[in-house]
Order: sequence, then structure tokens, then C-alpha cells
Amino acid sequence: MIRLRLERRESTPTWFSFALPLAAIITTLVLCSGLVVMAGANVWEAYTTLFMSALSSRFNLVETMVKASPLIFTGLAVAVAFRAKFWNIGAEGQLLAGAMAAAFIGGLSILPSWSMVPLMIISAAIAGGLWAIVPAILKTRYKVDDVVTSLLLNFIIYYAMTAILDGPWRDPISGYPDSPDILMDAEFPVLLRATRLHLGVLLSVMAAPIVWWVIRQTTLGFAIRAVGENPKASAYGGINITKVIIITALISGALAGLAGAGEVGGIHFQIMAGISPGYGYSGIVIAMLARLNPLGVIPAAIFFAIIVTGAEGMSRATGVPVFLADVIQGTSLLTMLAALLFTTHRIRIKQAHHG
Amino acid sequence: MNSSVPSLSMRNICKSFGVVQANSNVDLTLYSGDILGLLGENGAGKTTLMNILFGAYSADDGHIEINGKPVTIHNSANAIVHGIGMVHQHFHLVHRHSVLENLLVGLPGINGMLDKQGALKRLDEINNNFHLYLDPHAIVDDLTIGEQQRLEIIKVLFRGARILILDEPTAALTPQEAEGLFDALRAMVAKGLSIIFISHKLYEVRSITNKIMVMRHGKVTATLDNTPDVSERKIAELMCGHELTPPEKPAHLAKQSLLNISNVFTNETGRVCLDNISLNVRGGEIIGIAGVSGNGQRELADVIAGVLTPSSGTLEIDGHEILEFSPKQMQAYGIGRVPEDRMTTGLLTTLPLSDSMALPRISDKAFSRFGVLNRKAIRKFVEEQIEKFKIKAHDADVRTGTLSGGNLQKALLARELAWDPLVMLAAQPTRGLDIGAAQFVHNIFLELRSRDRGVIVISEDLEELFNLSDRIAVMYEGKITAILPIAEATVQKVGMLMAGQEAGQ
Repeated sequence: MIRLRLERRESTPTWFSFALPLAAIITTLVLCSGLVVMAGANVWEAYTTLFMSALSSRFNLVETMVKASPLIFTGLAVAVAFRAKFWNIGAEGQLLAGAMAAAFIGGLSILPSWSMVPLMIISAAIAGGLWAIVPAILKTRYKVDDVVTSLLLNFIIYYAMTAILDGPWRDPISGYPDSPDILMDAEFPVLLRATRLHLGVLLSVMAAPIVWWVIRQTTLGFAIRAVGENPKASAYGGINITKVIIITALISGALAGLAGAGEVGGIHFQIMAGISPGYGYSGIVIAMLARLNPLGVIPAAIFFAIIVTGAEGMSRATGVPVFLADVIQGTSLLTMLAALLFTTHRIRIKQAHHG
Repeated sequence: MNSSVPSLSMRNICKSFGVVQANSNVDLTLYSGDILGLLGENGAGKTTLMNILFGAYSADDGHIEINGKPVTIHNSANAIVHGIGMVHQHFHLVHRHSVLENLLVGLPGINGMLDKQGALKRLDEINNNFHLYLDPHAIVDDLTIGEQQRLEIIKVLFRGARILILDEPTAALTPQEAEGLFDALRAMVAKGLSIIFISHKLYEVRSITNKIMVMRHGKVTATLDNTPDVSERKIAELMCGHELTPPEKPAHLAKQSLLNISNVFTNETGRVCLDNISLNVRGGEIIGIAGVSGNGQRELADVIAGVLTPSSGTLEIDGHEILEFSPKQMQAYGIGRVPEDRMTTGLLTTLPLSDSMALPRISDKAFSRFGVLNRKAIRKFVEEQIEKFKIKAHDADVRTGTLSGGNLQKALLARELAWDPLVMLAAQPTRGLDIGAAQFVHNIFLELRSRDRGVIVISEDLEELFNLSDRIAVMYEGKITAILPIAEATVQKVGMLMAGQEAGQ
């Protein structure tokens, strides 16, 4: 008889950082292939069109990167927060805070034109950060559960935003519950002619190595990791936990806020209720797929963007509903969580002898 | 009962975990009326053997006989059916329930009703037979630690155990409470029960058992009758596998005062309050702090570590009065700290060893500049310490939590010693360590003493305190009730003080 047994491992091999997410993704695709079959399509054909339609042309490639940009920001936001075990489920709300700040600044005609884009970016980061320190203060000062508060704040800001869009901020020209368009000078510069590849995409790709460096190479990053691992030992070791959690929240919220700035300044040029199709929540899955490594957030976010952009093409070609993209996203969180077991354990196959 | 048939016989027990042979060909024989002392360092295989007996693991090989009949024990319920009961080191009690209700937990009852009358009768019998009395209606939370342990033992007897396994039963007891426990154990074996007594404390094993079994690396290295001609030194050597030289404590004159605590009170809710604590630690002396756990030792340590701020009173380190209580401040003034719970307040278990060892000094110039870490310097520091203290770790990157207790303690000591503390504060510094590692730690304290540093050792192990200390302070209910020079301290006296009684009656 062969028995399988879990054993603890001393350290995690480096190549696991690549192998585990890959294994999780492949498992996810295999698991989801059942749904493809049920939809009456050929599994291989469905998946190839899914990936090919997102990657095949220059236009589609750019669109995939454009979709990936907010996901990179929210993935980074969640990765930083989770490193400190500050359970920020509120990247969605912080994104909206950032988007509103950017749309507001972008609509001000009194500002000098050259300052508009930088001011939008800065204000979006500040707005996201401030919205994120609310649960951080509640957590550190009153010991209120951060999962609950950060999640519920998403709904508060979402409905507050739709209320304003329905009232004072409604676009007077179209009459739709959208904010008025931002000024021309406030639109983010486009990096590649005749595409939507805007400044925010570049910022998001640059943010990942910076965040990685901060986490790995600075005393602040050390404190974030130490507090996340063992707050008690960190306090005894001389780290001010409250300060570290507040700073972590500010950074996390600021990153999520930048996602909002990119969507307003680079894509929509206004605010509307559907400005984020759940980028903040996808950020949680992306951060987990990346094993909270900021560098891993980029490929994880691109994978998600491929699924989302490719789902349209797949649906048109094979008839599989686009909702498969959502199922793949959700399933990949579960398979990744399962795969994380192998960072601390290994499976040993053992020939059991008679006892 | 026929005494020629062992009440328990374990033959040729083998058990391995991966490549580790936790038990190999272990034999254990227990007769009715025996108290067998089971000794061995951490990882010697004692716990594995008891878990096999108690049905938590199944052996790879070997067999177990009870009263001459072969048995297979699948789980703990099954073990109880066979008359085997285990009293764990950590109690498993329902705290808000009464003694009686705790006894009834998990029992079938009669027609769905709790059999309270029957239980009271059994409780009475147990009290008459073994002098183990508890008020059946007392709430567990109101019991002392000694009484809670008595309840654990009663629970096991209540279910008809004839063979009792006691795992480190005296760890949390005062010497007087331990004596009470021993009286009960003697009454039990007089009635024909048998007991397996697992302990680190050799002197206790000597005083209570009639047989001693020593394990090392999963094998039985000796089974002896406990007679006066077997020396404790001999047993200790069997346990650790080599000769031991007891730490030498040369005469050494204490120098000027390094840490002066005067009239310190604390009033943090949810904790024991320190009540007018005054203590002076001089360079070149080791102060031992004795006390049953939960009498303010942890709070005193937290004040000295800068985690807990006194409500009144002062603290001076080397002549400087402490105005701001924070761990950083205390480290800066030269307090080194080896915490009681290495895993929860000392180290970062899932992070690399290098992070754990750099933690308290991460903002120091040696390890970072302008907020940017000097990874090279940290790595070099940790590798040097691994080498110097012979810490068993592959490299600086291994996950901290994978090190053994002794190596974690070495890592903690190394991290604090590297900054040459004026006063070393160590709580339970050898708890869970094997003899070799404990000796290593003791020698470090003695070395600090010889270099005119101050050392405070908080311990529940009186033997350790008596071996190391120049003065012993006893804590009871947040007060220091006495500070005795070692020449005037006796186990008897300290034990009385620990129990809150006046010494010298």
C-alpha cells in the first residue's frame, strides 16, 4: 500500500515562486474545462481562442496591458497590506476614492494646465490612503476587525459616490448619472499613438519594482514583514506597531487610489457607477497568486487581464459565456490557496509496510 | 493481582517519522504498584512512546500487552477502555464549569440524563481511597493550578484508569503542592495502580519513583531500580550521552548597582499588578526570581523590557533614570532580553533566521542607513553568530521556526549578547531545553557575571535558581516578599514564600 504524508519543510525553494502559481493556473483551467464542455464547446479550442484573442494583435496586446494596469495597482495594494497582516479588503473603495479625487481635480479649470496630471495622481494617492487609514485606525486603536471595516467601507463610498453622481455631480450636458468629463489638459498622455496605452500603465509597471524594493530593502519594509509575522515579538523588538500599520494602510490605499486615477485620466475621463468592475476584489486574488510578492503581481495581473479581454473573443468564437472569466478568477484563488500549502510542506510518498 | 504478570508490557516498539526513528525497539515493563520515571532529553522519544500507548499514533512494529493480554489501542477512548489514563502537561478543562460537570463531560449518562448522583458517589470513593479531595461544585476557574491538576487526575481515575501517565506534572506547582501530589501518587500505587512519571526534574524522579527508564535518540539506554547508589549525575549522563561537568560558580564580588528598581507599581487591567517592587541588580551578580507563575514575574519582566509602563515608581539603569518606557529605550540603555516564550515574543518564526536575529537592532547603523537595509552586514552578523554559538542551522536564510528549541534559545542569546548588555533579563531560560543546551545557557550567564554584568533569571525551576543565583527574590501576588542571599536560602524557605506564607516559621 502506498501512503501519502505531509511533512514540514525547512525552507521554500526559489523556483516555487514560479512553479506554484503556474500549477495553480493549470489546475484551474483543467477544473474549469468541465464548464466549457457543458457549454458545448471544444476545450482546447475555447482556451486557445481565450488566450489568442487577448495576445494575437498589437491592439489586443495593448488592450490587455491597459486592463492589467488597475489590477497591478490593486494587487500591489493588497500585497503590501497583507504582508503586515493588515487585511485590507477595501482596495475597491480606495480605488473609488482615488478616482473621485482625480475626476474632481481633473475638472478644475483654475489650475495651470501643466500641473493637472501630477496633481490628479497625487490627490488620488492621498484620497486612497486616507480612505484606507480609517480601518487601520479602527484596528489599532479600538481593535475592530479590519476585514469587516475595510470591506464595508467599500459599500459606503460606492453608494455615496452614486448618490453624488445622481445629484450635484451629474453631467449637466448628457444628463446621465456620470460626472462631467475632465478637461483636455487633465487627460493622461498616451504612450503609443492610436492606442489607449496611457501614463497610468507605465506608472503601474514601475510601481511594482519600487514596492518590491521598499518591502525587501528598507527598514520600513522589514517592519511591515515583522509586524505581519509576529506583532508581539516586533513590539518587544522596539517596533511601533500602530505606526507601521497606519503607514502600511497609507501605502496600500495610495496604490489602490492610483488605479482609480489611471481609469479616470487614461480611460473614461469621467466617473460613473461602473468605473470599477471589481478591480479591488480581483486585486486580492492577484496578490495571493503572486504570493504577496510585488514583482509577481505584474504577471498575475496580466494573466487576469488576458482572461478578461480574451473571454469576449472566446465567447464570440465558441459560444462559451464570458462569465467563464469570473469562474476562472475565483477558482484560481482557491487553487492558489491550496498550492500555498507546499511552501511549508512537502508530500512524501511512502511504501507502508505491515505493522 | 498476580504481581508476576506485568500490568503493562510494551515490546519491541518501533516508530519512525520520515527518516527520523522516534522509537526503535523500545521495551517497557510496568508492574502493579510501580512508579516508573521516564527520563530523556527533548526528542528522545518519550512523548512518541506515550502517544503510542495512548493510541494517538500507531506503532510501525511491536506489541502491547495489558495484564498479559495482547491489545491494540486505536485511540484515546480505546486507551481508557483498557485502563490507561493520561494527564497532560497542559490541562484540558472546561473553565466555567464545576468540578462535577467536568467529570461528566463526554460520559454517556443514563437515558440522556447526567448521572450526577453516581458521579458524586464515585468522587467520594476516589477521595477515600487516594486522599484527592475537591469540592464537586467549585468552578474550575476558581481552583488553583494545583487543584486543577488534581481534577485532571481525578478525571482519569473516575474513568477507571489503572495505569496513569503523568507528563511533567510538577511544572506549574510549588514544592509544597508537588509534595501533595506525590502523597496522592503513593496512595494510588499502594492500591495497586501503576504510574509512568515523565519529568525533566531529576530530583523529583529520584524522590518519587521506584524504577527509572532513560531514553536517548529513540532507544532505551538504561532501565534501573531507583536505589540510593544511582547518582543523579549518572542519570543525567545517560540522558545526554556524555559526561557532564557541573557549572562552576566561582566566588565573585558584586560591583556597583546597574539596575535600580524602586517602589514600582503598575495598574494595567487584565494583568497582575506590581505592588511596590524594589530590586537592585549589581554588576557581577545573578538575581534569581522565584515564584509560581502568574504572580507578577511576567509584568516585572515587561517593565524592565519597556513594554509595560509603571503607574508610579522609578527605574534607573547605570545611574540614568528611565523617563520613557519603550523597548527601544531599554535596549539603548543596555537591557538584553531573553523572553519566556521564544516563539511569541522573541522571534519571527516564519521569516528567515537572519530577520529574527536582526529584529531589535534593525534601525542600528550597523544594519541600516537612512532606512535602507544593509543586507550584507546582517547576513555576515548572523553567519558569525551561527558559527560562534554553534547554532544548528543550514544558513542565515532558514525559516526560524524550523530550528529546535535549544538552537532558538542560542539564537536569541546570540542576538542580545552581540550588543554587550549591561543587564541580561532572562525568563525561563532553559525551559524545554535539554541538559547540554541548558548548561550552555547557564555558562553564558556565569560568564556575564564574571564580566561584571548584571543578570536577572526568572524561573520556575528552583534547582536552576539555586545553582545560579547570588540572591533569590521571591514574588507572590505582585510583591517581592523576600530577597534572600543564596547562603540563607533553602528550598523549604523559598517554597513557603512562593505559597504566600511567611518564611522561618
